[in-house]
Amino acid sequence: MAKILLEMKNITKTFPGVKALDNVNLQVEEGEIHALVGENGAGKSTLMNVLSGVYPFGSYEGDIIYNSEVCKFNDIKDSEAKGIVIIHQELALIPYMTIAENMFLGNERGQKFRINWNETSSLSRQYLDTVGLAESTQTLIKDISVGKQQLVEIAKALSKHAKLLILDEPTSSLNETDSRALLDLLLKLKKEQNLTSIIITHKLNEVSYVADKITVIRDGSTIETLIKGVDDFSESRIIKGMVGRELSDRFPKREPHIGDVMMEVKNWNVYHPLYNERKIVDNVNINVKKGEVLGISGLMGAGRTELAMSIFGKSYGENISGQLFINGKEVHLNTVQDAIKHKLAYVTEDRKGNGLILSNPIKINTTLANLDAVSTRTVIDKDKEYAVAVDYKEKLKTKCPSVEQNVGNLSGGNQQKVLLAKWMFADPDILILDEPTRGIDVGAKYEIYCIINQLVDEGKSVIMISSELPEILGMCDRIYVMNEGRMVGELDGKDATQEKIMTYILQSSGKREVG
Amino acid sequence: MNNAKVLDFLKKNTMILVLVIVLGFFAWRTGGAILLPMNVSNLISQNAYVFILATGMLLCILTGGNIDLSVGSVVCFVGAIGAIMMVNLHAPVWITIICMILIGTAIGAFQGFWIAFVRIPPFITTLAGMLAFRGLSNVVLNGLTVSIKDQTTFVNLFGGGADCYIHDIFGGANLNLTCLFGGILAAGIFVALQLYTRINRKKHGYETEALWAFAVKMVAIVAVVLIFAYKLAQHKGIPTVLIWVLVVVLVYGYITQNTTVGRHFYAVGGNEKATKLSGINTNRVYFLAYTNMGFLAALAAMVTIARLTSAQPTYGQNYEMDAIGSCFIGGASAYGGIGTVPGVIVGAVLMGVINLGMSLMGVDANMQKVVKGAVLLAAVIFDVVSKRGGKMIVKN
Repeated sequence: MAKILLEMKNITKTFPGVKALDNVNLQVEEGEIHALVGENGAGKSTLMNVLSGVYPFGSYEGDIIYNSEVCKFNDIKDSEAKGIVIIHQELALIPYMTIAENMFLGNERGQKFRINWNETSSLSRQYLDTVGLAESTQTLIKDISVGKQQLVEIAKALSKHAKLLILDEPTSSLNETDSRALLDLLLKLKKEQNLTSIIITHKLNEVSYVADKITVIRDGSTIETLIKGVDDFSESRIIKGMVGRELSDRFPKREPHIGDVMMEVKNWNVYHPLYNERKIVDNVNINVKKGEVLGISGLMGAGRTELAMSIFGKSYGENISGQLFINGKEVHLNTVQDAIKHKLAYVTEDRKGNGLILSNPIKINTTLANLDAVSTRTVIDKDKEYAVAVDYKEKLKTKCPSVEQNVGNLSGGNQQKVLLAKWMFADPDILILDEPTRGIDVGAKYEIYCIINQLVDEGKSVIMISSELPEILGMCDRIYVMNEGRMVGELDGKDATQEKIMTYILQSSGKREVG
Repeated sequence: MNNAKVLDFLKKNTMILVLVIVLGFFAWRTGGAILLPMNVSNLISQNAYVFILATGMLLCILTGGNIDLSVGSVVCFVGAIGAIMMVNLHAPVWITIICMILIGTAIGAFQGFWIAFVRIPPFITTLAGMLAFRGLSNVVLNGLTVSIKDQTTFVNLFGGGADCYIHDIFGGANLNLTCLFGGILAAGIFVALQLYTRINRKKHGYETEALWAFAVKMVAIVAVVLIFAYKLAQHKGIPTVLIWVLVVVLVYGYITQNTTVGRHFYAVGGNEKATKLSGINTNRVYFLAYTNMGFLAALAAMVTIARLTSAQPTYGQNYEMDAIGSCFIGGASAYGGIGTVPGVIVGAVLMGVINLGMSLMGVDANMQKVVKGAVLLAAVIFDVVSKRGGKMIVKN
């Protein structure tokens, strides 16, 4: 039996209000490819961030034993010095630097005050050859494809003398051919250099192709480890491990009163704002009815947020094409103002970045999207504004000393309520809620679900985008499944199951033509 | 009343306290000279342009710490045009005033266009403007000084020349009664308005500040206004330019605090993405900030050439720095979204007091710059560190 390279023992990591990892154990042998699978938010990335020192020693409980010694990493530099290199899902390359410059960034060759460019380029050539990339070392990163950028990342990791390579969803933005090439490279490096890798991925066909072992993580705990040749590696077996959880009474009951189609989206296409040839939303057709909670399920990066934002006054994307009907009439929403005028609201998934002004009080945030309603001829009636804010605070049971409180000082759940209040005050008929319960505790979640039910009871339509399957299943009347920019399935809320949704996603993964 | 509340009160009014301390220091060092009626009056007329420009600069800074470097050159250029129009082209005063305002606003709109719609960084755009309009001022004036001494209507209107005070309609002998009554009236209106708001809020059950804090604030403000009016009355009365400054401060104070447009400035500076997704046209906000800056630069130009009764290619130098400095000392955030017109005025007065005090003490002009630089840096360090919860060094 090969030697154990890495052992993570009883790792527990808590964020304010949330236990992200709960006694996780992971064993990785030298020279193996170990796959980590689990739903979004299961804790895979958190675990890898603990391992690589992004969360320093002391901010978690448990031990990391690497090469038979207990490690206490304070930052990424410490873990890299030991040969643990992490490649994040979002590539960390600088577009306007060359491949060679990127490869040795922070690790420059030569002396402190005199970079040895010859050594830099010859060394980078050598590593590029190892990963099988034929580009010149002087090519700018922005000029090569994402697949090649991924290879540069691996070459960069190798240049740091990586012993243990961690790849966080390395193939999520690659097509079939590039993905296969990347996986083959991992197998080759394993064979030739005895390189150990941990790979996080949602594509289960890749897992069974490349992995020697699979560890399943669910809700912050390790569920099981499957070994190649011993256990069943089939997709259905893995899915069972990933979702095997019971729906309990976490969702308030509601009698649906579903009416006519309120909004319909036809042949909707959206391209990436920077990389104009990359299609983010691919020929999507959806509709939502009056009084309906419509779920859009899918993995992160499936294009759900981009779809919602492109509908909401073209706030995302380029070359948007397709038709949009509200109450049967075609509308053209070119700006957010148009969208709000047509009674559409988009409640962002990123409440701190895109939703709230953290340095401003609750009352100012509440009225921001509909200032006209509290003002006469552009003069704000501050008393009315205050009254509105207090009204919503009571309606949504926001916990705060007063509405003069800065939003930045509230907890995540209460911030989410302020954000909801802001959009409810804009008086929309259709609300798109993007991950409305992300990062908030169970109690606050329940309250948000109640608000959603109340909204549809009033005859509004709610589109709920969520990565949490139980939430989608517990709340929605109808569910669309989105993957890689396309709608890959539609289910009635009553007969939907986690297995069905996951199957839709996994069967459609990586099948898309290069485009 | 507990310690936390006192601390909070002190924190909110730091710069006012600093102003009082600095004023006390100079009163002591100059043997009370800084508090002489003549000097109080001078403080206003010398710094009128700072008050006007700083108010405009606040709007730019609110949008995200953006500054306008071109204001000094624009003041000079617009002033030059005005002087040439009146002296060389013999244009009537009112046409000159309209032209100056139009040109200033157009310059602001031109810069605002690049900043707002093409998203050229404001620093670069206005640096270019600073160079270009300085050069154009020279071209317009042919490198010479144009005297507008004889344009008495214009000079009097904008508070320059010898006759730069509001006449006393009551004919007080040693004391300008108009000024004194004006002060009392202003204090009265202010207190009445504050009381009305407070009673109204109480009636609706809204939050109000503690009674003691309110009382202290009222007494302090009324005292300052009355002492100030008395000092001015002892000299020659209300400087004409003070009327202009008051109009600007009151109008912009109202716009920033009570209108939707004003709210938009704060929102953009607080979180531009969220503001955009709330259906607010953020481009328009940037455009308005810089267009308005051009407008106020034109007003400052009129005040400047009136006070100096001439136009010269060197006028307006470092005006932008005075305005920017006043904003930051007055509590505007270098990241945008935070700052008030009254705060900025306190900042400008503080700078003015430091200038005047050091001049009266006979401090070398070069050392004065050093002191002003130190005050500016200290103010911004204080702002940034206090917002970080008192942590001085940022972890790498």
